[in-house]
Amino acid sequence: MTAQLSMWEPSPGGYFGEFGGSFVPEVLHETLEEVREAFEAARRDPGFWRLYVDTMAEYAGRPTPVTFCPNLTRQLGGAQVYVKREDLNHTGAHKANNVMGQGLLAQRMGKKRVIAETGAGQHGVATATMAARLGFECTIYMGAEDVERQHPNVFWMEQLGAEVVAVTDGTRTLKDAINACLRDWAESMADTHYVMGTVCGPHPFPQMVTWFQSIIGTEARAQMLDAAGALPDAVYACVGGGSNASGIFAGFGEDAGVELVGVEAGGKGIDTGQHAARLAGGQGRTGVAQGYRTVFLQNDEGLMHDTYSCAAGLDYIGVGPILAHLGQQGRIRFESVTDAEVVDALRLAMRTEGIIPALESAHAFAAAVREAPHLSPDQRILVNQSGRGDKDIFTVADALDDEGWREFIRQRAAGYAR
Amino acid sequence: MTVDQRPTLEGRLRERLADKPLLLMTHLVVGYPSLEDNWVMLEAMDAAGVDLVELQLPFSEPIADGPAFVKANHEAIAAGIGWEEYFDLTARASAAFSFETLFMGYYNSVYRMGAEPFAGRLAEAGMRGFIVPDLPPEEAAELREHARANDLDQVQIMTPTSSPARLAEIGRHASGMVYCAARTGVTGRQTDLSQGVPEFLARCREATSVPLGVGFGIRTADDVRALRGLADVAIVGTAGTQAWLDGGEPGYRELLDALVAGTR
Repeated sequence: MTAQLSMWEPSPGGYFGEFGGSFVPEVLHETLEEVREAFEAARRDPGFWRLYVDTMAEYAGRPTPVTFCPNLTRQLGGAQVYVKREDLNHTGAHKANNVMGQGLLAQRMGKKRVIAETGAGQHGVATATMAARLGFECTIYMGAEDVERQHPNVFWMEQLGAEVVAVTDGTRTLKDAINACLRDWAESMADTHYVMGTVCGPHPFPQMVTWFQSIIGTEARAQMLDAAGALPDAVYACVGGGSNASGIFAGFGEDAGVELVGVEAGGKGIDTGQHAARLAGGQGRTGVAQGYRTVFLQNDEGLMHDTYSCAAGLDYIGVGPILAHLGQQGRIRFESVTDAEVVDALRLAMRTEGIIPALESAHAFAAAVREAPHLSPDQRILVNQSGRGDKDIFTVADALDDEGWREFIRQRAAGYAR
Repeated sequence: MTVDQRPTLEGRLRERLADKPLLLMTHLVVGYPSLEDNWVMLEAMDAAGVDLVELQLPFSEPIADGPAFVKANHEAIAAGIGWEEYFDLTARASAAFSFETLFMGYYNSVYRMGAEPFAGRLAEAGMRGFIVPDLPPEEAAELREHARANDLDQVQIMTPTSSPARLAEIGRHASGMVYCAARTGVTGRQTDLSQGVPEFLARCREATSVPLGVGFGIRTADDVRALRGLADVAIVGTAGTQAWLDGGEPGYRELLDALVAGTR
């Protein structure tokens, strides 16, 4: 059964309140219409959702468990902490869900090729696995700066048969990779599907990606009822573009007693300007870019700011229009946590429970760590561990400032030097 | 029916079309390579007899532009080009030269300015209309209202992928002129004008009676000449900027003279 998504239904034009819509060059108008029609048909076909769930079970390891964390609970001295384990998906993050969903849709549409943007590389690697599995040609656009920073993911994408294009425009990061995808698609749409990695971009991507990711929340709701006999009092998820948050929140949208908490990247602190908090920091402003209307970090004249986070997956100028709308409505509370809080929360999760959240997911943990002590022991909170951190050993080791790792790299580098 | 006495964009284009079969529209990104260079480029356009100029306001996420203009946008922003610099140049250009000027830019700039101030500032700068490639007609009702009040036209865009129904819908909103993109993709690459372009333009012609401009991949005098009898305005963007970068003012003037010769 699919999640109840009435609160995620757009009004005409693909709007959620004042956010969303479709602002793309005219050449893509019919292409997006085609995707909308294909998505609507797939959504009405119960066999399609079943195929998606079965594929994720057989190929990607779903359902992922919900893990109770007794040690962390004891240490925090407040609410009982549960964790939804999206880190246990194939390729190590919730990204696997959306790419397989869109891959199956692209098959229905008869496409031969998929393209995708990627920031740190998770969505790129996930798309490359899906393309290999389903037999698509695959091109991944990645900011040149990210290509330099995240070579292990570039390595895997190429091993999986994808072409990786380094984007040298603009800030050479995620937003520029999205622009590059839109440009490729404006030419290649006849045989190509753009697998947008998050709940952003033009209609129907925010709704469609939420729909695929709602598999997280649908499972988690049932698992909480099983494991705890009750729904959580609050659900925490990190928010970059917002796909893991949208996915888990979708399972609890209709449960008024469940507080939904979106956690943005506070970076070096909101005051420093080096962050990616669009909603929590109060610094975001409504605008239209990359095909949709939402709250962006931009200047007075609408030029986008450089954003910053220790977690590449949260380092983005915009936020999903559904999340922006539900934030405005008060249904989702947005918080930000700093890099320093994130590193502490990551250490705590590893030491107390032996789980290794990605730096992105550690943002959700950091907010939970901050708030759990103020809740009572008969309350429950659920944290979405959107991805695993052990795969990103280079960035995590840097964030943890680990000298042993640095020494190892120096020695390996010396070994490769001629 | 009352006759509108004010000269509209379409009226101005029709007047020029009485003298020659095809008009020429050129383009520059304001602030690239520099405001000083822009002025020399504009003088050259005027001297060559260019009819219309698109003046692009730089934006950080130019999704409809190819690599050359993406770079131009980002370098202009890095050089500090904002609204003041943009409107200062466009107002001076409209006053000094005989060609018509159009705003070209992305919707976030318009959205942040506000529809009414945007239309007011364009009119004040002597511009005739605007091309906003990421603003579809169904989202532009409010802006069109303010445009009308200021004698401005929103230049609609038709593409080879547009269905007949979509072309008809765009045609219903069309005024001033329509920008027909000769191929899919973004700005800055060659287009083979023999491949389907005449059929595409015939479909556009069916959807609207306003003058048709053709852009995307129009680079040479031969390309321009090939559009005679098919369209009303040849639009040259990237090739102009490239000529400036490659050949400086002499190379730029040479290209413009050749392009204008192609219209006659």
